Amino acid sequence: MAIRIKDYTQKESPLTNGHRMCPGCGAPTAVHQGLMGIESPVVVVNATGCLEVSTTVYPFSSWRVPWIHTAFENAGAGVSGVEAAYVALKKRGKIDRDIKFVAFGGDGGTYDIGLQSLSGALERGHDFTYICYNNGGYMNTGAQRSSATPRGANATTSPAGSVLPGKLQKPKDLTAIAAAHHVPYVAQTTLFNATDVAEKVKRAVETPGPAFVNILVPCVLFWGIDPSLQQDICRLAADTRFWPVYEVVDGAWKLTYKPKKRVPIEEFLKPQGRFRHLFRDENSRALLAQIQADVDADWQRILELSGETWDA
Amino acid sequence: MSRREITSGNWAFAEAMRQINPDVVAAYPITPSTDIPMKFAEFAANGRVDTNFVTVESEHSAITACVTAAAAGARVMTASSANGVALMHEIFPIAGCFRTPIVFGLVNRSIGAPINIHCDHSDSMAERDAGWIHLYCEDAQEAYDTAILAVRLAEHKDVLTPVFVCQDGFITSHGFEPVNLLDDETVKAFVGERDADFPLLDVDRPVTYGSFVMSEYYFEIKRQQVEAMKNVLRVYDGIAKEYEAVSGRFYPKLDRYRTEDADIVVVIMSSASGVVKDVVDELRDQGIKAGCLRVRMFRPFPAEEAASALGNAKAVAVLDRALSIGGTAPLAAEIKSALYDAGKTIPVQSCVYGLGGRDFFPQYARELFTDLAAGKISREERYLGLLE
Amino acid sequence: MKNRGNSAEMARPKRWQDVPMGGIAFGASAEAVETGQWRSMRPVWNGEKCISCLLCWNQCPDRSVLTDGNGKVTGIDTFYCKGCGICAHLCPKQAIEMRPESEFTGSGTGERGK
Repeated sequence: MAIRIKDYTQKESPLTNGHRMCPGCGAPTAVHQGLMGIESPVVVVNATGCLEVSTTVYPFSSWRVPWIHTAFENAGAGVSGVEAAYVALKKRGKIDRDIKFVAFGGDGGTYDIGLQSLSGALERGHDFTYICYNNGGYMNTGAQRSSATPRGANATTSPAGSVLPGKLQKPKDLTAIAAAHHVPYVAQTTLFNATDVAEKVKRAVETPGPAFVNILVPCVLFWGIDPSLQQDICRLAADTRFWPVYEVVDGAWKLTYKPKKRVPIEEFLKPQGRFRHLFRDENSRALLAQIQADVDADWQRILELSGETWDA
Repeated sequence: MSRREITSGNWAFAEAMRQINPDVVAAYPITPSTDIPMKFAEFAANGRVDTNFVTVESEHSAITACVTAAAAGARVMTASSANGVALMHEIFPIAGCFRTPIVFGLVNRSIGAPINIHCDHSDSMAERDAGWIHLYCEDAQEAYDTAILAVRLAEHKDVLTPVFVCQDGFITSHGFEPVNLLDDETVKAFVGERDADFPLLDVDRPVTYGSFVMSEYYFEIKRQQVEAMKNVLRVYDGIAKEYEAVSGRFYPKLDRYRTEDADIVVVIMSSASGVVKDVVDELRDQGIKAGCLRVRMFRPFPAEEAASALGNAKAVAVLDRALSIGGTAPLAAEIKSALYDAGKTIPVQSCVYGLGGRDFFPQYARELFTDLAAGKISREERYLGLLE
Repeated sequence: MKNRGNSAEMARPKRWQDVPMGGIAFGASAEAVETGQWRSMRPVWNGEKCISCLLCWNQCPDRSVLTDGNGKVTGIDTFYCKGCGICAHLCPKQAIEMRPESEFTGSGTGERGK
């Protein structure tokens, strides 16, 4: 399963250059890395969002592979339909190729408006991989809050003001929700090292049946970070345990990355403009403590689910 | 060998689906079209079709899966009604734009609120501008025949547009009547196999469906859909004649019942036209020149033919089973527009009937014809069968 | 040198009749789109320092690090590079330096591999 990057430099990425994603955006890197290790031809289904809009500015398309977008809330159903057609046409002898199916949705299209469609597709057992490129908000429409937006983040529909300190609620745990569908492969990762995304997506795609991979990617513009810090900020997400990196294979939880030391959540929050207000005054101390408590509790739960202990 | 069975509109449509044996059916149950996916599920469970039958979790997902499966190159069918159709609303124009030739059994039912399960045309009329072909059937026989014919129409290379095959909820969908069914081989030969132009599953020639198209080309792509609809008017009769050759039954765009020399004409759609035709016969026996024009094809609207079919009538009543609250009812608007373009100034009485399944009795048609004959025509919309 | 996109098939249509049906576009046609114009900082690659670890190639959102197809880095594709600086930041050997675009003459996009 190990990925050797060198082996892939001669292979063209399914996503071509000439796309209009922002400089330093994490989403195209997740697409390049995620689809890099897949050997079979792949068909991509995309929910409405940054990735969809910026890669298909008509009359140009940045997709080297077949690609379809219908709407925002239905990538799960969309990939179900394409896969259903493939199964039918293959059975009837009209297609002889082996083709894989991958759906991409942002957190808005996956955690929120597309959750029902994704749930249906996972339950029905189509052979596909759904990748959520999660940047914690409706970034395509200007950084409104989603149910993936972190507690305390400044978002345009949960702005940090004189009374409210940004988003008050804790994000839902979509990866665990996907795992609760008892599908064969579920994983959560981020662009924190060179190969983890590629390895997890490859495994997801090669596993027969539905698979879900939740990839935390930075939005340079609305996280308020320097574009060159893509990997750094993702590494901090993993090291502070804000974004635990794990997989659930046939129901068995496994931490696949254990940070070597205890890094406080402030290390992840501080470099980001969307959390700047949390460091301005004393009133935010309690909220910072709450965010750290969230992280510790979630980590403890994953350790227990994975049958692990952690000394750091 | 064709056979004759006592069956319902829903089951007749499902039987057509069995014989067509589409590649993919994605459906979600809703009254009164539920029988269609239920019957089809039975066919799938018993190996009578080898369709990939996808039981999705909502109508929105049903039509989404239909669109992507059809874009992938599959032949696709589904069915729905009322609020299910409304939930699909967002995706219908996408199906039209992508030129996915889906054949859709639309069993007409009122849209809530108030919630109601019975027939009117408010569900399909809300989709009149979605870029789909609309065909309205009078009875179960026609629903069966139209399902088969619609496959050829939708997939015609100059058309490539999805089709609603509408029948009246409960009245047609649940009413049992004798229906002549073709043998499986005849249907199979008639519909042939789908030959998609830009199938998404052609991995050697990758295409992008659903691009972000700004003001530079949006207009042009919509204009192409207009052209496809114009082509429907051109190619429909040829397909209907081919169908007549295998079935003995011809379905025109407009069903002209004793309209040739009629002085007074009622224009109507779907099942209630049978009542009007009976009354036309009564009146003809009395020497009154009455006629009934049943509109079968509503999109594209055959405006010139409709104006011509109304001939030299002295008065016309248009009966809509749907409201356009605050405006002209949909069929009345089409007929008035068609007459205007044809330079005809026939007085038109717009009437709304049958909402939420309200019965339509022969007496209403008799009174209406009497008023038309007496020149009692108002610009006010008239409501037939309303408690007032 | 790789073909800059499928532009022959997807030439800009002049009439509605010539637009491909269904609003479809053809795969990889965006390779004709020059995104290098967005750049304010240009990565300058030093082949003598580079060890072809491929960290830059792998993390680039625009796959604008050029290789020989056999894992050896050969330069930066400034036709596409948007100047985010990930490559320079990740480079363990400081083989890529971000320089203001104003230092370079011409259209601001430079040549391939420079």
